[in-house]
Amino acid sequence: MSIDAKKPAAVKPNRRAAPPGSEGTIMRKAGDWARRGPLLPALVFMIIVTQLPFVVTIIVSFMNWNAYYPDERGFAGIDNFRRVLTDVNTRHAIWVTILLTAGVVLISLVLGLLIALLLDRKFRGRGAVRTMMITPFLVVPVAAALLWKHALYNPTYGLFNGVLKWIFGDNAPQPDWISNQPLWSIIFALVWQWTPFMMLILLAGLQSRPLDVIEAAGIDGANQWEIFRYMTLPHLRQYLELSALLGSIYVVQNFDAVFTITSGGLGTANLPYTIYQTFYTAHDYGRASAAGVIVVIGTIAIATFALRSVSTLFREETGK
Amino acid sequence: MSGQVTIVTGKKNRGGGFVLSGVAWIVGILFVLPVLWMLLTSFHSEENAAKNPPDVTAPLTLDGYRSFFDSGPWPSIANSLTASILSTALVILLAFPAAYALSIRPVKKWTDVLFFFLSTKMLPVVAGLLPIYLFAQSVGFLDNIWLLIILYTSMNLPIAVWMLRSFLSEVPVEILEAASVDGASLTRTLRSVVAPVVTPGIASAALICFIFSWNELLFARVLTGTVAQTAPVFLTGFVTSQGLFLAKVCAASIVVSLPVLIAGFAAQDKLVQGLSLGAVK
Repeated sequence: MSIDAKKPAAVKPNRRAAPPGSEGTIMRKAGDWARRGPLLPALVFMIIVTQLPFVVTIIVSFMNWNAYYPDERGFAGIDNFRRVLTDVNTRHAIWVTILLTAGVVLISLVLGLLIALLLDRKFRGRGAVRTMMITPFLVVPVAAALLWKHALYNPTYGLFNGVLKWIFGDNAPQPDWISNQPLWSIIFALVWQWTPFMMLILLAGLQSRPLDVIEAAGIDGANQWEIFRYMTLPHLRQYLELSALLGSIYVVQNFDAVFTITSGGLGTANLPYTIYQTFYTAHDYGRASAAGVIVVIGTIAIATFALRSVSTLFREETGK
Repeated sequence: MSGQVTIVTGKKNRGGGFVLSGVAWIVGILFVLPVLWMLLTSFHSEENAAKNPPDVTAPLTLDGYRSFFDSGPWPSIANSLTASILSTALVILLAFPAAYALSIRPVKKWTDVLFFFLSTKMLPVVAGLLPIYLFAQSVGFLDNIWLLIILYTSMNLPIAVWMLRSFLSEVPVEILEAASVDGASLTRTLRSVVAPVVTPGIASAALICFIFSWNELLFARVLTGTVAQTAPVFLTGFVTSQGLFLAKVCAASIVVSLPVLIAGFAAQDKLVQGLSLGAVK
């Protein structure tokens, strides 16, 4: 196992370059197109399906367009943006999105690391424990959200309150989990699903450690903590970054859990849910698009930062 | 890990290891417990499923499953299968040549192209949803499974390109040079020289694309109606607890998750490769 962050094919720069020479630029150009050929279908497909709609979103974001009032369609200037940015609900949704993403990614990253460390040892039934651990990730997200909402959190017949009754008898407290802590209810359900994801990547990282070096450090008198702090953790850094980046990409867009567990109520509407509602329920196309544009700008700002860290990894590997 | 016990003898150390193994087992059981609970509840009668405190030893019955299948889930399950399988096939068909052009015979600026693909994963899906909806509405494409197939392909293509590229860059140069000397065409080279070497990579990519398509909710919820509805959309019928039947909900969740559970258990290592975009092998 190795993290191939990204040992590129161009390690030997000219290994398959067109033969240099006097054949002239026409030949080289033909060669360039022959190289591009296999790439084009995928590239064109992606541009049409993912970039074109976004251009339309930008155009609609400057329009006054509500499907309920078709006669009033027209140019709106920056009106939609002003309304979105001054709207209390949108601001709250931005905050919820940040809390939800940071909460889920950080908690599941720490838990995932601890569990990966537990599983990085030989013991009876290690394979079985690993299989049990990944099960939550293999439950369809909507089904997982339904499971938490109805079978676990429900105040009258959910398992959590059932266990409380088992332990404390008939006078046990029977809290309404979702109403009391709506955002944490969603975060816990998502942590349960995403911890296995983090654990799998980090476990693969742990198992790719050079064991001889670690044994040598042990013989030289380094204790377990020192080995973890100065050898394991630096080695795991790129795996931690990779799993945090990928986890964030998915959790920031979460719709399923918010939709299922609280239906965006109780102050848990994140940005994807808010935009979905503005467009699907309120039919305010202009405003939904403006919100979409703002989300994309925010994402680009964060993603540029994230991509830079990934691409640093990339360069480091190329440099070797 | 076994922090405090390392100084003492091997015997004590084994004791610490025993404790840690126990902890690992407990953690594993805690994580799988909700799923086991769902499984058990799905086999209880509605009356027993709603008991508090729960009745673990209640007699088992298939009523929950019967009542789920009576509610007509088959069309949506069939739609999910169609959308997932066809979009996965399309993804591999597009991603394989693209990955070839990004690794074995790289185009200029291939890193930029690679990061373009990844960056589309960071664009919030919801930002492109409205134009897609309006477009589909105007050409009468709403509630059509092919719309989902195309969108799922775009959703998973970047993942597959990244994964396959990382596998392809491990194909030995010599094999390719030999093929080129023998005068093999591009398609022939891809099919008979490169494909066998990267089959495990293709399998991982296909597995992960299938899972993500099967799980998708937002597009399916907005763009389909009664005809092209997928299994996750069918499940959203259970969101409100009004007239809720817990055993039926659990049975439904188990049935819909079953394909992913089976595929994931059968190919645990492929799962890791897929989730890490091929970075972990």
